[in-house]
Amino acid sequence: MANKKTEEGSNNRRNFLRLGLMSSVSAVAGATLISNLTADEVEPSGEKIRVLTPDGKMVEVDAKSINKYPEAVITPTESRKGIPDKKFVMVIDLAKCKNARKCVEGCQKAHKLDDHEEFMKVQLIQNNEEGSPYWFPKPCFHCDEPPCVTVCPTGATFKREDGIVLIDNERCIGCKFCITSCPYSARQFNWGHKEKFEDKSQPYSPETQVPAAEGTVMKCDFCPDMLRQGKLPHCATACPMGVIYFGDKNEDIVTNGSETVSFSQLIKDRGGYRHLEHLGTKPNVYYLPAVNRQFPVERGFDVDEEIIERYKDVPFVKELKEQGKL
Amino acid sequence: MEISNKLINDLAPTKFGKRGVIWTISLIIISIAGIIAYIDQVVKGQVVTNMNDYALWGIYISNFVFFVATSFVGAVTVAVLRLTNNAWRTPIVRIAEIISVASIIMAGLTIMIDMGRPDRLLYLFIHGRMQSPIIWDVIIIPTYIVICLLLLYFPLLPDLAILKNHFSKTNPKLSKWYGILSLNWSGSEKQKSIQLKSIQIIAILIIPAGFVLQTVDAWLFSTLFRVGWDSTNMGAYFISGASVAGVGALVTVMYVIRRANKLEAYITDYHFDKLGKFLVLTCLIYLYFNINEYVIPEFTSKKEEITHLNHLYSGQYAPLFWFVIIGGLIIPIIVLLFKKGRKPLPMFYVGMLVVIGSWWKRFLIVTPTLLQPFLPIQGVPESWHHYFPSFHEWIITFATLAMALLIITFLVRYLPIVPIQRTADEQEETEINKSVISKTVTP
Ligand code: SF4
Ligand code: SF4
Repeated sequence: MANKKTEEGSNNRRNFLRLGLMSSVSAVAGATLISNLTADEVEPSGEKIRVLTPDGKMVEVDAKSINKYPEAVITPTESRKGIPDKKFVMVIDLAKCKNARKCVEGCQKAHKLDDHEEFMKVQLIQNNEEGSPYWFPKPCFHCDEPPCVTVCPTGATFKREDGIVLIDNERCIGCKFCITSCPYSARQFNWGHKEKFEDKSQPYSPETQVPAAEGTVMKCDFCPDMLRQGKLPHCATACPMGVIYFGDKNEDIVTNGSETVSFSQLIKDRGGYRHLEHLGTKPNVYYLPAVNRQFPVERGFDVDEEIIERYKDVPFVKELKEQGKL
Repeated sequence: MEISNKLINDLAPTKFGKRGVIWTISLIIISIAGIIAYIDQVVKGQVVTNMNDYALWGIYISNFVFFVATSFVGAVTVAVLRLTNNAWRTPIVRIAEIISVASIIMAGLTIMIDMGRPDRLLYLFIHGRMQSPIIWDVIIIPTYIVICLLLLYFPLLPDLAILKNHFSKTNPKLSKWYGILSLNWSGSEKQKSIQLKSIQIIAILIIPAGFVLQTVDAWLFSTLFRVGWDSTNMGAYFISGASVAGVGALVTVMYVIRRANKLEAYITDYHFDKLGKFLVLTCLIYLYFNINEYVIPEFTSKKEEITHLNHLYSGQYAPLFWFVIIGGLIIPIIVLLFKKGRKPLPMFYVGMLVVIGSWWKRFLIVTPTLLQPFLPIQGVPESWHHYFPSFHEWIITFATLAMALLIITFLVRYLPIVPIQRTADEQEETEINKSVISKTVTP
């Protein structure tokens, strides 16, 4: 069994690499980056998955050929399984971030989020008074020891085999316990009713979290619907600086759409770390420290007044304001 | 032995006077207002509260924690008084058990108010997962409700039978109800031994159940990665805090009932004095845990911890924090250390202070922590940096408090607060003792 896995793994790796190269040519065109499970030489897994097509039909397909139905909606039950043999990971290169906010906007558009509903948040972090502040894009970390999953009383929040942590808003009872449990404030609550919840043109799936529902929780989902189509999550595609790398740990490969690299090598070479490692939540989002930066941090203030206001408590921003530079 | 008519007349529940009626009607009005506000919340969603993605637990949760804490009084009085066979417990335990019943029922209800999807309540049973502390609560709260009810009910049996006879002429309808509830109590030896055994079993059960309840409540917080919650101190801290809240409530309620029902002859200064000593002991223990919780972290000075503490010492919640510590703990300790402070009236004020302090204390445990996340709060509306309950939240919370008082009022109206049978037995015992003594003394 294990042998078979490795064999498949190496097969997939070939595909993935090939695609990785291809993607460097047609990056934003959304070439299939996550090894195309549909590649002809891949044997059917024998495991069946039921999916809902956009016109409302339930079809049964082999787990491995799911990508043949890129438009398919994965039902809440199916969404608990995850994409076979994958272990998704994200690497965020802080040295390249200039608070362009394209990741935030891309994500909001795809998930039909309103203002202030941000699965991806760009924070301004200053580690100490002397330290130079840096922009810190923060999604859900899809922890391997996710406290949110542990405390959820109904299993509405769950961890899948491919490492992704999702929420089934048809099961969530709105106790908000998971929000308090997340040390990274990654979760948001739908406090009231909104018109967009009624838009049922797209059948609900935990993989897209659309439409959202009143009294339930939502958060960054790593865009599994895109991954099933072999595409990158919306934030990674949207970033003009290539800050966000995404990939598969099993394959040891990550890409930001224009550059495909070995995950372990990247972490080794660039001193990758995880935020608040000492909590032991084992995030699947890694950061490359903000050294040798491509932009001075001030470049990030080239945004709306309202956005700047968000960071008013950061010592550096206070200083700038005092000096009248903002 | 015949129980003297005077005793029954003194202790049997009586109709409310004018004040009692006004009191009850006010409570009913507040409760109804709260129910209307809650329905509005269900219709409009929790936008009607001032909670937000950071301060996402507000007074609904702290009020719940308060109720859970207060319900501990039943367990603690039983643990300390019944099992040590303290003679002064007789007029006190039933009030304690009534408070417990009222609080724990309201705790069960209040926790649901905070749910975003109350329509999915059953999912807790259909999809429940044992690893979640919420499920522990779902198990222990109903268990504790049952135990509290039984502990109130079993000792009542002989009294209900007495009341059945007492009201048979004046109020046959009421008498019939007492008859049904008394389960044909005749006072036979067999019945007595069954009753005694049952009471003993429940009295022992309520102690672990009470401790588990408080501890689970503490674990709701200490199992989370949050500054101020993530502490091994939590379980014991909650248990001692619950003793303070519970005994404080007991003193207050006892004083009011004593005055309203003219029970001065049965609930005496002596009882208040004893209870005052008990309250001061619980306060001192709680103070000890507060020092552990609020002073000791200063020494290791972790950044998050210090920010959190400064937030309490001198930040937006400072006035409240100091009120709770000084008003709700230190002043009561000082007053109660003096004999004069343990007279009924000062005890009543101290009790009130302790209860109000305890309520706000729960608020300080819940909300400020949520406003100190590991990553700074950025990119949200300015109002999300603070939390103060909305009109809906206040009305609903007041209503839950009113309902708890309503349950207490109702029970006080229909149950003998001071156990009749037991008091009679005790009086008889002392009579016998006296005659025995006099016989031996006078040759
Ligand atoms: S970052 Fe928060 S929400 Fe995401 S998996 Fe970890 S604990 Fe859960
Ligand atoms: S709010 Fe929903 S997802 Fe979160 S812990 Fe409660 S039931 Fe689970």
